[in-house]
Amino acid sequence: MTGTFTPNEMMTIVAARALKNSDVCFVGIGAPSAACNLARLTHAPDITLIYESGTIGTRPTVLPLSIGDGELCATALTTVSVPEMFRYWLQGGRITVGFLSGAQIDRYGNLNTTVVGPYEKPKVRLPGGGGAPEIASSCGETFITIAMSPRAFVERLGFITSFGHGRGRGDREALGLKTKGPTRIMTDLCVLEPEPDTKEFVVVSLHPDVTQEAVRAACGWPLRFSPQVKETPPPTPEELRVLRELQARTKKAHSADA
Amino acid sequence: MTEFCSLEEAIARNVRDGDTVAMEGFTHLIPYAAGHEVIRQQRKHLTLIRMTPDLIYDQLIGMGAADRLVFSWGGNPGVGSLHRLRDAVENGWPQPLALEEHSHAAMANAYEAGAANLPFAVFRGYKGVDLPKVNPKIRTVECPFTGEKLAAVPAIRPDVTIIHAQRADRAGNVLLDGIVGVQKQAVLAAKRAVVTVEEQVEDLGAPGLNAVILPAWTTSAIAVVPGGAYPSYAQGYYRRANGFYIAWDDISRDRTKFQDWMRDNVLGKGPEAFRSYGRRAVEA
Repeated sequence: MTGTFTPNEMMTIVAARALKNSDVCFVGIGAPSAACNLARLTHAPDITLIYESGTIGTRPTVLPLSIGDGELCATALTTVSVPEMFRYWLQGGRITVGFLSGAQIDRYGNLNTTVVGPYEKPKVRLPGGGGAPEIASSCGETFITIAMSPRAFVERLGFITSFGHGRGRGDREALGLKTKGPTRIMTDLCVLEPEPDTKEFVVVSLHPDVTQEAVRAACGWPLRFSPQVKETPPPTPEELRVLRELQARTKKAHSADA
Repeated sequence: MTEFCSLEEAIARNVRDGDTVAMEGFTHLIPYAAGHEVIRQQRKHLTLIRMTPDLIYDQLIGMGAADRLVFSWGGNPGVGSLHRLRDAVENGWPQPLALEEHSHAAMANAYEAGAANLPFAVFRGYKGVDLPKVNPKIRTVECPFTGEKLAAVPAIRPDVTIIHAQRADRAGNVLLDGIVGVQKQAVLAAKRAVVTVEEQVEDLGAPGLNAVILPAWTTSAIAVVPGGAYPSYAQGYYRRANGFYIAWDDISRDRTKFQDWMRDNVLGKGPEAFRSYGRRAVEA
């Protein structure tokens, strides 16, 4: 038995599992950072983690608060300038997987992190795209991790910050994109993957004790399920231990830096 | 050729009302002390350029120094919103703020184009996204050899770039180490450049033969301001004050609380207030 775990822990752990030891991963700000470092501290010790601040092959012992904490640079194989990072490494096609999050997502994996409401007179001004628009187009594939709610999983995005599959199959190719785009969305309730024929994201795996009804209620579009929905394996004791230790170390370090 | 002077003189001589100003430093080496000096000297109508506006531009915007912001990610990293930036955009307080919004890739390329004396930057980007619909400066060009459509943005050419660095030698050569961001490009793209440093030294002590060094003849003024990047950090000197970044969320959420904080910590103080943050930790 694994004991109890929170939906958030399940999300981070299922996101970490998606990464391979051989991946070269561009780590987006926020939730992806915890997942990527958990992967490195568990099943993928040799994974190359890259942050947009220019740090390549970083191995932080605590999670950075920003994408440019000193810990990232001090533990990196090398640190390059930001223009070099975006030109040679990202645009150069060296990254196998980009790991993103966002405020809102639609059924084709397009992301909004820019505004809610009209751009000129926004209801909510969000931070903006940062590295994400080009991470979404230049990485071999992208994973997305985002907690499910009707406000986050929306029928239609008011603003596309990062391009997923547009309005469906063939839209990436029509823009000349040769990368796969989003191939997996990891949430606190389930895992979604794009249906091959339509590129619409459908549920492929439900987390332990999560019902189809609960997932439907947390999604703003009429969510569909794969014909063979699996149950996500629960967190192992080792996964939970490493994640909790990482988060405890992180909290301690950040509160000390006042 | 650069000159060593006080921070007050460096800003007075190089930053004018209405200037296009880039204060760079990608999380690391953010020139806080210099930004505060710009606020104290009450510069107005600035166009502020920064990839990540961070707390320093939240402060400048909240104090009414800027008419326009050119940026690519406007949040408090790992914490949430920049409340003063949001208040300016959503409510026009204390004055309206025009936005020119890009992606990081676009701005990094645009700084590099500026340093390279090119009129614009070309790159693969902005595919399928909505920013080009709201920013008329995002265009496309066709590759003359293959016909491929590529994104283009104007080069960034600031009137003045302001950066913070670890140290300068007596001749005024400046060393940057760690996450070096876009500072070299931003300095070389600008008409004038102001640098604050942790310390002045006899020997730069460059960590290798390819260290990032800005020769004295590429900058306009250098002021020695230990701790001048706080609450950002200077690798090898002091760590990022993540606790302050978290605390800023509360300080900046309320207009009066923000103004009180600025009065007590910026308007009523000088660059020497940063000294206590410098050299605090050996391991950074």
